[in-house]
Amino acid sequence: MKNLKSVLSFSMLIAFGLLIAASCNAPSANTRSGVLSGDVASQVYVAPGEYDEFYAFMSGGFSGQIGVHGLPSGRLLRIIPVFSVDPEKGYGFNEETKPMLNTSHGFIPWDDAHHPELSQTNGVTDGRWIFINGNNTPRVARIDLTTFETAEIMEIPNSGGNHSSPFTTENTEYIVAGTRFGVPYPQQDVAINSYAENFSGMLTYISVADDGDMDIAFQILLPAFDYDLAHSGKGKSHGWTFFTTYNTELKSTLLEVNASQNDKDYIAAVNWKKAEEYIKQGKFKEVPANYANNEYSDETHMATSTMKKTVRILTPEDCPGLIYFLPTPKSPHGVDVDPTGEYIVGNGKLSADLTVHSFTKMLKAIENESYEKMEAGIPVLKFEDVVAGVVPEAGLGPLHTEFDGRGNAYTSFFISSEVVKWKLGTWEVLDRAPSFYSIGHLMIPGGDSREPEGKYLVALNKITKDRYLPTGPELCHSAQLYDISGDKIKLLLDFPTMGEPHYAQGISADRIVPKVKKFFALEDNQHPFRAMGEKETRVERSGNNVHVYMTTIRSHFSPDNIEGVKVGDKVYFHVTNLEQDWDVPHGFAVMGANNGELLIMPGQTETLLWHPKKIGVYPFYCTDFCSALHQEMQGYIRVSPSNSNIDLAWNLGEEEPVQ
Amino acid sequence: MKDLVKMMYVVFTFGILLSCAPQGQDSPQVNSSDVNLQGQSAVDDGLSQKNILQIAIGSKDHSTLVAAVQAAELENVLVNAGPLTVFAPTNEAFAALPEGTLDDLLKPENKATLARIIKFHAAPGGYDANNIRGVMGIGQATGDKVKVVTEDGVTTVDGGKILGTVKASNGFVHVIDKVLLPPQK
Repeated sequence: MKNLKSVLSFSMLIAFGLLIAASCNAPSANTRSGVLSGDVASQVYVAPGEYDEFYAFMSGGFSGQIGVHGLPSGRLLRIIPVFSVDPEKGYGFNEETKPMLNTSHGFIPWDDAHHPELSQTNGVTDGRWIFINGNNTPRVARIDLTTFETAEIMEIPNSGGNHSSPFTTENTEYIVAGTRFGVPYPQQDVAINSYAENFSGMLTYISVADDGDMDIAFQILLPAFDYDLAHSGKGKSHGWTFFTTYNTELKSTLLEVNASQNDKDYIAAVNWKKAEEYIKQGKFKEVPANYANNEYSDETHMATSTMKKTVRILTPEDCPGLIYFLPTPKSPHGVDVDPTGEYIVGNGKLSADLTVHSFTKMLKAIENESYEKMEAGIPVLKFEDVVAGVVPEAGLGPLHTEFDGRGNAYTSFFISSEVVKWKLGTWEVLDRAPSFYSIGHLMIPGGDSREPEGKYLVALNKITKDRYLPTGPELCHSAQLYDISGDKIKLLLDFPTMGEPHYAQGISADRIVPKVKKFFALEDNQHPFRAMGEKETRVERSGNNVHVYMTTIRSHFSPDNIEGVKVGDKVYFHVTNLEQDWDVPHGFAVMGANNGELLIMPGQTETLLWHPKKIGVYPFYCTDFCSALHQEMQGYIRVSPSNSNIDLAWNLGEEEPVQ
Repeated sequence: MKDLVKMMYVVFTFGILLSCAPQGQDSPQVNSSDVNLQGQSAVDDGLSQKNILQIAIGSKDHSTLVAAVQAAELENVLVNAGPLTVFAPTNEAFAALPEGTLDDLLKPENKATLARIIKFHAAPGGYDANNIRGVMGIGQATGDKVKVVTEDGVTTVDGGKILGTVKASNGFVHVIDKVLLPPQK
């Protein structure tokens, strides 16, 4: 049946061409293959052993992680755990990474990761870091692209959900965090229906130092709109950030109706260079706060969590010229700045049109103080003063726009499920291509930078339905790859993704590959419980705490026999991987552990905490097939009654334990 | 890079035995396209600790062994994750073989015999200089056993004396002074 179907669809394609395939009532397979033309397979084929041209970093959405794919093949290369524990890698399970997930609400094993954003230098993606926001318990994270590991997480205080984030400035001076949900500031016990009076919206600027270290530089206290997405200016508009808003109606219930009443919401334009001046002048309030800043060290191989206690807040009343509102129809989602920095595209998601503002016109309107009104002390500019053009009836439900560097823009339309190509300046629609199905964001490598690498476009779709073999009620979200190098958008490939990719970033592989770390040098290991060789392995007791200084090397643990542990002890297995060879991690798992496994990279030390609850002898073993004698890589730990007087003892390869 | 140069040299001096033996010519040109490493043995990240093959290639006393490994096309075995224990006869040990033996073994038609001899020098398992003293025999990759004797601090393997031991990323190289010959089948 399947063969017949594919033969049919193939021959129909050849014999009758696209038109007939699309118009007949054939099975859906025909529709799906019917949009392909020519030999597209060779365009996405990456031969065995060859590398992809681009890295694509896809947010994992409600998985809390980032998926790293290769383009054009679509192959999944790596999953980077960020805001969620990852049993595969021990992230959030081993003692070293638990502090990464600390917050003012305690340890949180999950978040909703939304928008990856690569660091930039002079507006060009530089391959140093990728940032991503956690929406639920507001946080931003920085991932080090030499190790592809999460290096730092910063909690955002006074925020009700970090959606409008992280979106860098053009030299990664700052990433931003605008709250999606208004909340009382400061938090207090008030009636929900007092939203308009008691709730606020906060925009946060997080500075990024040359070594990547993040710090909250300042926050801006604003009305309790929902701040949706953002992009900072570039080139001529460097120094500004643009945030979309919805719910300017200030409602707290049935937002699907109540937040759609105003014909126009706003794009908030923030002059962050002005903010820096006000900070210098001391025009801020330093207020008490409590938020976690968690940093991972590649030297100690450990994370530390620090609670920060104050934050600086700027208010528009005290800081004239800091912020302006640009009226924009209708509940805009994405706000995207073209590579020249002149055009600010508002994707009004309940509109059929796209609204494009002019940065030059905005400056002129500000200079002329030509305001429609003031709202909460903030000047609202006149729509007709700032609008550069409208792309009329381009599609239904525009969400997000990226650029190809050749004067064209590409917008995703959720409701009409398509990618639309249009021209900056003339606003004419040039081409359109369907997506499968209901596209959310789209991505062109460098497509939100000053220098897009406009060869491919990836559609990140919300609905999958029949695209792949069915896997029950839930399906992987689908992505489609398009060739945009020619006049026409050409569909090349369809591939599944992890979680819900809200957004993605792409970058030429050659900006990352030379910097990638192969393993950690053992001599640089500064972990306090490291064992630099088998001679340093030992077991020590301190009250009920037992510290096992253990090593791994193909194909044994040292020590591999441990005695003298008692019921009620807390046993810390500090395992150092002595290998100095690329791609030779060892795993460690012990029976009855209530957390997870360790997966220890060469040169690294990781710690598993184990609570022996019952007497007996329990095996431990290597979980990552490391070598021909991996199955022999095992050991035993003996657990004696809590009142026993058996001394601690350990050995490797001896029949008699060493005490 | 240095390793590559050495490898080129080895290939140049010994690999040609393979390629030109049928024609009986000498000193052909070898360029980089002839060094057609396939699989893991072609991976050199420049940073990782050296594997057994890389150690052998880097040793001037083992150029004959390396040539033999290449003639038998066993490079990928020696870079496998291991752990492996390899007994590495020196050039002198090969030179001590009866005249003409080595030349014969390097002929393409004797590739299987050569491979069997080389595999008889490799064992799955990580026997370091200490562990090897504690055993009486080791099962080799051919399925045959070598006899290990330790007397007065000196360890011999089937009569070959261990001159020194080098730790590799994927096991141990014990340098020996004799070519080990597997039992006749």
